[in-house]
Amino acid sequence: MSAAKESPLKKVCIICAKGTIEDVYATLVMANGAVMEGIETKVFFTFFGLDAITKKQMGRLKTATVGNPAMRAPGGLPFPTILGILPGVEAGVSAMMKSQMYKLDIPPVDEFLEMITAGGGEIFACKLAMDMFKLEKSDLSDEVKDVLTVGDFYGLCGGENTQIIFT
Amino acid sequence: MATKTYAGQAVEVNDEGYMVNASQWNRDIAAEMAKEEGIELTEKHYEVLEFLRNSNEKGETLTIRKVGKSGITDIKGLYQLFPGGPLKFSSKFAGIPKPASCV
Repeated sequence: MSAAKESPLKKVCIICAKGTIEDVYATLVMANGAVMEGIETKVFFTFFGLDAITKKQMGRLKTATVGNPAMRAPGGLPFPTILGILPGVEAGVSAMMKSQMYKLDIPPVDEFLEMITAGGGEIFACKLAMDMFKLEKSDLSDEVKDVLTVGDFYGLCGGENTQIIFT
Repeated sequence: MATKTYAGQAVEVNDEGYMVNASQWNRDIAAEMAKEEGIELTEKHYEVLEFLRNSNEKGETLTIRKVGKSGITDIKGLYQLFPGGPLKFSSKFAGIPKPASCV
């Protein structure tokens, strides 16, 4: 505790480049947690992470059921990858992830973004990835403050006791 | 563990300044605790504190989302009432333990 008081974290810049449920929520939980602690917070969504702030996609994030060795069936039973390729499995697993989180009072993505900005956190989109995916600013959530180049974003990440986190 | 004096009353607090015994709480103690953080408590603040105390008594896990849906204030309002620690400071002033939730 005393160590934290000596030199507290002042700013976090979080980068989210992936679009699965768990990658996006890791980013959102970290960001919201920082805002709640009074830490200045900036979040940069790039590549597939853009799904989290794209109106059409943000409510449809999925967890990968193939190539995800940490995924187990309820009760800790193994979940063979071959099951993950069956139709409906990915949707079912994703729905279950969401319902488990909802029980812990973790909101859907759109509401989570609102929570972050309500506390003064800022959300940004990557210009390069937007161009690549042919997205316009109007495709993005209203909570997105701006579309930035990497250089612009680094420009926001200065200052003492600032950390950049890549989730 | 330490004892601090708030509003002329000896209050048991933990290392982080949270009250150990929620039943020792009263409005004057809350007001003095808030002043330490530079916050002047209004009726709105007290409504939030009461809400937190009630939820805590029921054993609920507190989140800013719950407070935001309480009808007292929304999340933005909560940040304005308790700048820099919407749940942390409000829980502290409410005399309840530091929230153990991450949202």
